[in-house]
Parts: sequence; structure tokens; C-alpha cells
Amino acid sequence: MEFFEAIWDIFSRDATYVIAALFAGLLVLAASGEWVAERAGTINISVEAMLLSGAFVGAIGYDITSSPIVAIGAGAIGGMIIASIQAEMSHRMAADQFVVGLTLNILVFGVAAFLDREIAPDVRLASTWDIPLLSDIPLIGQALFGQPWPFYLIYLVVPFSWWLVFRTRWGLELRAVGENPQSADVNAIDVNKRRRQAIYYTGFTSGLGGAFLILVQIGEFNESIVGGRGFIAIAAVIFGGWTLRGTIAGCVLFATALSFRLSLSGYDINSELLQSLPFLVTILGMAVFAHRVRPPVALARPFVRGLK
Amino acid sequence: MSELDIARTSAPDSAPPSRAARLGEWIGMYTVSVLVALTVSAILVEATGGDWRPVMDALVDGSVQNPGRWGETLGVAAPMLLVALGVVVSAKAGLINIGQEGQLAIGAAFAVYFSFLIGGPGPLNVVILLLAGALGGALWAGVAGVLRFWRGVPEVLSTLLLVTVAGQAVAYGLRKSSLLLADEASRGNRNQVSEQLAPDNRLPRPDIFGNEFPITVYIALVLAAFIAFMLARSVWGFRLRMLGQNQRTAQRAGVSQRQYGMVALMIGGALAGLAGAAMFAGGEFSFGNYRLVPGFSANIGWTGLLVALVARERALAAIPVAFAFAALRTGSGFVAATGVESRITDVIQGLLVLALLMPPAVMFILDRRRVRAVSAART
Repeated sequence: MEFFEAIWDIFSRDATYVIAALFAGLLVLAASGEWVAERAGTINISVEAMLLSGAFVGAIGYDITSSPIVAIGAGAIGGMIIASIQAEMSHRMAADQFVVGLTLNILVFGVAAFLDREIAPDVRLASTWDIPLLSDIPLIGQALFGQPWPFYLIYLVVPFSWWLVFRTRWGLELRAVGENPQSADVNAIDVNKRRRQAIYYTGFTSGLGGAFLILVQIGEFNESIVGGRGFIAIAAVIFGGWTLRGTIAGCVLFATALSFRLSLSGYDINSELLQSLPFLVTILGMAVFAHRVRPPVALARPFVRGLK
Repeated sequence: MSELDIARTSAPDSAPPSRAARLGEWIGMYTVSVLVALTVSAILVEATGGDWRPVMDALVDGSVQNPGRWGETLGVAAPMLLVALGVVVSAKAGLINIGQEGQLAIGAAFAVYFSFLIGGPGPLNVVILLLAGALGGALWAGVAGVLRFWRGVPEVLSTLLLVTVAGQAVAYGLRKSSLLLADEASRGNRNQVSEQLAPDNRLPRPDIFGNEFPITVYIALVLAAFIAFMLARSVWGFRLRMLGQNQRTAQRAGVSQRQYGMVALMIGGALAGLAGAAMFAGGEFSFGNYRLVPGFSANIGWTGLLVALVARERALAAIPVAFAFAALRTGSGFVAATGVESRITDVIQGLLVLALLMPPAVMFILDRRRVRAVSAART
């Protein structure tokens, strides 16, 4: 009984939702970009590096200009720098995408830690905008409409990702590349170019995610702020069965589970279980729905013309 | 991208080069890549106000030159090599297992649990401990295998996702005294730490020319030779390679994907688990001094994976690569003393891996151009 009272207690507090929304915002930004890349048939495990690079370059941008707008732009550039290495090496030079991704994760962590000691950029949270009326909705109002303003970027990025993939010629070609690269190639679509572009888009949104991290959620930079959440974003895409709707649902679910660690701090909850929950749920989901949910056919298969 | 430009300008229109010229090309490209990586690292150090020369000296001192250091490096290289060998086996079967970090942690946890559960006299316990480690890693990889071959879940995803789960599971075990946590008398005020391994249960550390290293090194070297032989010269290895190169041919030839794939994945996991057990019983100080602690796996699993991939999935080539990566690691301890942030070794390692990826990719493009040039000349 006490357990249920505790749960009720948590779910009737505004703070729970605010924390969960902050966790979710970062995941949504990274995962919606990763979703685009995976629809193009490439698993981009350097999301972690892109988030960290976005956060770091964003922090430097803020340090120089004290302007959150510049910080966001710098963050996007930071993400795209990593994306350029990932894309050019794995889809132009035909190096293994996992090696490149893993290496970038290690490399960016090292560079960020190294440069942070030397530069130590100064960052502050962006100012909060309460959206009138909407932010007065009980429980979820503050969480969704009463946040520091860069939070509202997610309301642009998510529909834009959907529009890009499902309502443009580029998106159609992108999905073709993910499903059947050989046919796409025969139809004069440059397979590896589409994949590179998709990775650049992941870099862009993850860079925004990095800026989000420093401007909305944490308000300072250190090299461990991302802390494996890039991998959770990847898990969310898989959990969502490679649909955008499912991906967002995964982000919200995982963010809620993760935020319990903060909002449940007074109660005795198994924190190891909470932290591995996103991964366990995703694995179980894949095992149970494996025959109904289908990954893009060419997922993680490099394309070289003439080789199958 | 500079290599790419070289490739473009030097696209030959004559016959393919001789074997010696090709070897020369390979060596040249690898040398240039490594130099570029080191130069970029040096520039980074200089740009932040440091001096690169003492950093390089410290790296060399810390990894091979100072007394006792190359033994230390070998001790770190051994688990990396074991992990890499596992990657080689599963990669040959066409399976992308990237969860060694987790398999290693579970292997170490199994080793700890069973060695204290069973006890037994010294040498016997060491054997039990290593076998338990291999078993743990194999079971953890087996989870991914079952998901892959019975439920159709791509093993890339499941092994990746299981890494975090493994780390958390071990952390959980370290909070329960019924599982891994030491009793209060031996752990003092430390929180999540296992019992310390008794001295007669540890892996022997022979002393050679003043360098001490656990016998894991020999085990790893023997296994590397054995695996290279099995993959190249046995029926089993042939079938495994067939499975990796063409699933349909393998099926026609009667190679069960389920059976061979499962075995390949579990061998990969077992070797990672063995590495974990050996790290626990082999006792480098950086690995927790004969105790299991949270974060015990210390990125050895990830690095071992990189070793295998840089060695282009060949067992014998993994030996020097593992040593080089281990040298960066043991050298990093000395770098801190020069006043430059020791994280620079992470940067050097990352840049080196990226640089080492370049030559095969450039060579691939070059070869394609040559073939095209030859076929164009004929028509």
C-alpha cells in the first residue's frame, strides 16, 4: 500500500513532470535525428559523441557571446562536425560504421575532457518563457509550456523530421535507400550520399540536443553530462519500431523512468533496475514484436556498388 | 581527407602494380596515417599551451622504457587481446557482436561469485575462476544469440543494449552480500566492493628481466595462434567463414546458421568473459587490485573491440595492435606528471584508430580505380 501511495504522491506533483520533460527533450532531439539516419539504413552510434560535441561547442559559443541563440547555432555546428567525420568515413571511405562511431565516442570524450580543463567555458540556463494559458494546464502545463525557451525547439524539430521523411522527394529517396539500396542505386539515387545527408541531419539535431543540455537542463558543462543518453536515444528508435511516433513514445517512457531516480530519491527504489530499464524494455519489445515490427531492410549494411 | 585527394590524383592508367610495390604502398600509407594522427595530437597539446615532447617521452617511459613497465603493458594487453580474439571469431561468422564490454563485466562477476562460492585449493580455484568467467561471458552473449536466431532480433542492437544492463547488474550484485559484496570486516568503509582474492588463488606472475606480468599473456598468445589456425585450417573454421561470407551457400552446404552462429557468438562472449576473469585474478592495480568494483571493466571491452577491427579481424594481427593500445593506456599514467591533462591519451588513441581506418579504405578505392582503368583500356 505504501508503495502505491508513494507512486500517487509522485504523479500528483508538478515537479515530476517537469523533470521528466527535461529528460525527454534531450532524448527527443537526438532520437528524431537518429530515426532519420536509421531509416536511411545506417546505425549511427556516435550520437553520444554528437551530443557531447554539441554541448561543448555550444558552451564555447555561449562563453564568447553570452547569447543562447549563438550557443544553439554553435551546438548544431558542433554536432555536424562529428557527423561529417562519421558520414565521410563510413559512407564515402567505406570504413566500418561501428568502428567509426565507437572511436568518435571515445575521441570526443577525450577531447572534451582535455579542452574543458584548458578552456572551462562558462554557461548559464536560458531564460524561462511561460506560454500563456497553456502553461496553466494542471500537472503537465509547466512541464511542456513553462520551460527555458530552447525547450520549444522540440516542437519544431519533431514535425520537421516527419515532414522531411514522409512529405519530400528527398525523404522518399531516403527511405528507398534504407529498404533496398540496390534498386535505389539503379534508379539513379546516390545511396551513400543520402546516407551521408541523413547522418548530417542526425548531427544537426543532436547538436541542438547538446545545446539543449547546457541551456535548458543543466546550465554548466563537464565531459560527463551526456552520460550514455545517446545510447538511450538509439534504444528509443529501436523501441519505437522505426516509426517516429513510437520513437517519441519511447523517449517519453525512458525519460520518465530515468527521472524517477531524481523524483523518487526519498524512496528505496532499485536504481540499477531503473537505469537499465530503457535497455531491458527495448530488448523485450524487440523480442516480443520482432515479427510484427520490421527494421529497415538494409539497416547497418554498407552499400558498395556491385557488391551485395 | 588528404589521402583521398592523393588517391584521386595518382589514379594510375597502367597495369596493376607488383606485389612489392603494393606492400610498399601499404606501409607508406600506414606510416603517413600514424604520423598525421600523432601530429594532430601534438598540435592539440601545443595549442593549449603544453609541450608535446615531454608528453611523448612520458608515453614511451610509461609504456615500455622505464623498469618494469613493459610487463605492465603486457598485462593490460592480454585481456584486450582476448576480447579481440572473441570479436574475430564472431565476425568471421558474419555476426557483429559489439557488446564485449558487458560480456567482460558479467564474466568477471561470475568469476568472483564462483571462486568464493566453491573455494578450493589454490591452482584448482584459479581454473574454476577462469572457466566461470568464460561461462558468464558466453551466457551473456548467448542471450543475444537466442534473440538473434529464435526471435530475429539483430545481434548488433541486442549486444549493444545489453552492455548497460550488464554494468547495472554487476553494480546491483555488488550491493548484495548474498551475491558479490564483501562482508563488513574486509571491506572497511568501502561501499560496493567484492572480497579480495586470496594470494594463493591468484594467477601466477612470473618475473622476466625485472618485468612482472600475469600468465594471462601466455594464455592469450596461445589462444591467438590456436584461433588463427582453427579459422584458417580446420573444417569448422571453413564452415564458419562460409557462413560469414555467404549465408545462402552455407545453408546449401549444410551449415546450420543457428548452430554455427550460436557457437561463434558464445565463443566471442566466452573470450570476453575470460578476459574479465583474468583481469580480476591477474591483478593490475588499475583493475581493482584483486577486487571487483563498479566500473571494473574500465573500457577494456570497447578497446578490445577496436583492436580487432583495426587488425581487420585477423587473430595474429591483433597481437601488435593490442600491445600498442595497451601501451597508450599504461603510458597515460606518466603523462599526468608532465602537467598535461592525461585525457590526451584518449585523444591520441581515437585519432590513431581513425588514421588506421584510412589505408584500407583508400586502398579499396585505389583498387577499384585500377580495375576500372584496366577494363577501360581493354575495350
